[in-house]
Amino acid sequence: MLGNDPLRNVLYIDLTKKRFWIEDRLDLFEKWIGGVGVATQILREELTKGVDPLDPGNVIVFAVGPLTGNFPLASKTVAVFKSPLTNNWGESHAGGRSAIAIRMAGFGAIVIKGKSERPVYLSIHDGKVFFKDASGLWGLTSSRTAGRVLRELESGSGLRTIMRIGKAGRKLIKYANVIVDTYRHFGRLGLGAVFGSKNLEAIVIYGRQELPVTDKRRYREIYDEIFYKAVKSPLMKKYRDLGTAMNVIPLNNISGLPTRNLKACKFEYAGQISGESFARSVLARRASCAHCPVACIHIGALREPYVDEPYFYKTTFVAYDYGPIASIGPMLGLNNPLDILKMINLVDIYGLDAISTGVVLAWATEALEKKIISKEQTLVDFSWGDLNAYIKGVTFLVDQPNEFYKVLGEGVEFAASKYGGMEFALAFGRNEIPGYHTGPAGYISFLISARHNHSDSFGYELDLESLELSPEKTVDRLVEEEQWSQILSSLVTCYFAREIYTPTLISSALEVLGFNFSPDDLKKLGEKIHYEKYLLAEREGFRISKLHIPRRIFEVPAAKGKINEEFIRKALEYFSQKMELE
Amino acid sequence: MPKRLVIRDYDRCVGCQLCMFACSRRYGSGGLLKSAIHVRSIGGAERGFTVIVCRACQDPPCARACPEDALIRRDGGGVLLNASKCNGCRACVSACPFGAIFWDHSIEKPIICVYCGYCVDYCPYNILELEEIAYARE
Repeated sequence: MLGNDPLRNVLYIDLTKKRFWIEDRLDLFEKWIGGVGVATQILREELTKGVDPLDPGNVIVFAVGPLTGNFPLASKTVAVFKSPLTNNWGESHAGGRSAIAIRMAGFGAIVIKGKSERPVYLSIHDGKVFFKDASGLWGLTSSRTAGRVLRELESGSGLRTIMRIGKAGRKLIKYANVIVDTYRHFGRLGLGAVFGSKNLEAIVIYGRQELPVTDKRRYREIYDEIFYKAVKSPLMKKYRDLGTAMNVIPLNNISGLPTRNLKACKFEYAGQISGESFARSVLARRASCAHCPVACIHIGALREPYVDEPYFYKTTFVAYDYGPIASIGPMLGLNNPLDILKMINLVDIYGLDAISTGVVLAWATEALEKKIISKEQTLVDFSWGDLNAYIKGVTFLVDQPNEFYKVLGEGVEFAASKYGGMEFALAFGRNEIPGYHTGPAGYISFLISARHNHSDSFGYELDLESLELSPEKTVDRLVEEEQWSQILSSLVTCYFAREIYTPTLISSALEVLGFNFSPDDLKKLGEKIHYEKYLLAEREGFRISKLHIPRRIFEVPAAKGKINEEFIRKALEYFSQKMELE
Repeated sequence: MPKRLVIRDYDRCVGCQLCMFACSRRYGSGGLLKSAIHVRSIGGAERGFTVIVCRACQDPPCARACPEDALIRRDGGGVLLNASKCNGCRACVSACPFGAIFWDHSIEKPIICVYCGYCVDYCPYNILELEEIAYARE
């Protein structure tokens, strides 16, 4: 890489001692590029083996990559940490302004360790970290209010990112998110609870930097190639038009939409909650991450009357995506965009993860139906499609009025291990199911992907290919895809731009930034990063043999019929051997 | 004919900031340091965005505020910077009511739109336009 590229600067922050320092980590960026490649190495250096995720010893690493700030669609920040939800590898990606802000503040990565004695928020700019008292913000009910206050207090409008938690993070709920710039999230694996455990309320980051290139003309040429592909070609069209919500209908059509806790995989009201329906009825505005022309962020308007005053309304703006729609809509039987927006809004106010929240409440509904638990525990009669009950449920999740809701705050697998109903507790590696019941490859990917997520190995897409793959071939394809994803999340480019950022293009783009990686080198590096993640995961106790598979997934036919349990077992065994785990 | 940049409809702006990156790229570098155009939300993305750039005033207050005559009034409106005369006092920054004069902290000089229109082609939603100024200054 180029010697004067500020990417090499890593900012270390110790919350316990209120100290910060900057280290030159050219060594890491030259070898591992950036993003997840670099973050994995830093986490390995910093994380004490076996540490409790909510202990001050847990470490958060944010990392961006060389393409960030230089080329469009490279505006993701990777966060790695030990996940309180899975008690293992935690990795979460967010867009918004986060990546550009970190890069423009002059850093390739930011490392946060220790625990502040009192609630604190960090303001990072001009090469310094300001530790600011957040005890006033700590008691706020709505994360939105905290956002407003910080926007007023801090400078850098247009250049800054504001990352913050809500009540869920402060209460250490294990699927609490970090909200980024109001409409994006570090979602899924409980980074919000890690913030909460460190008394860290928010982080504001901004700056303006010049980034060097080797050849100005070549730089502009490659930029234009990416820009025209992103804007003029059909590659990004689906994300531009309806956004990720466009997935509702296709998934429903192939019987892949988990409905009512996956008692069914087709939702009779799918047409009412489709991307088209959301666009028609609530879409108010579209927004972009910084340095991305696509504007996939779809913001809906939620207009609600006040009950105590006639002709008095409030309009709240709520971002919607496929993930939250699927887990809150069909999973809970909610069948119209306004009900779903109301739920997403509340989930965001508290800083919960929408997908996990939907799955936890769906389990509670079925457990109540089956009389495994009682209304004395739930305090409200959950029934499919009953918005008011679920609104109360979300509030109980963060208020934790009794032991039952405290247990729900640990995740659905933990709750079921305590109360029963493991066969319909839809979590994989303790992470709640995303909205894809597509077939064996999808489920294998939830089980074996390093973050028990759907998005690194695209198993749900593999399920839809008309191939009859063996368990071994399925694993090979998933692993190969996940290995390549490591390069994208080291750069850090958006997965939606997977078809734009081909190995050859990445190699050329890196060359103009002074990196020398052939397409083949990139492939090998992807394999290496992937392996490094499993080494760390295994060190922290990840075992294939400990993975629980809820029986429910074998009972409901997916796109190509019932999923064969034996197939999945074989795949897991093969994966274990392939990765030389255990 | 002199030209100036106009914002056709800032309600269409999605806040992607590609114009800002384009402006810095004119100098052949990445990042945002050299950008003479700025995009920010007007109180959260839900309220929309505003695009801040020199609007080529007929009687530019920045030029009047400059104690060194480093900002030369351009025919048709706006200013041109004579960097060799600039002492880095930032009076121009304070004088602009739009906040359209930015600062290059690496050389301690102002950054002002040169009306080249390079950013126009990179706005995916056709918000920016390079307009010919039909009349010259009196």
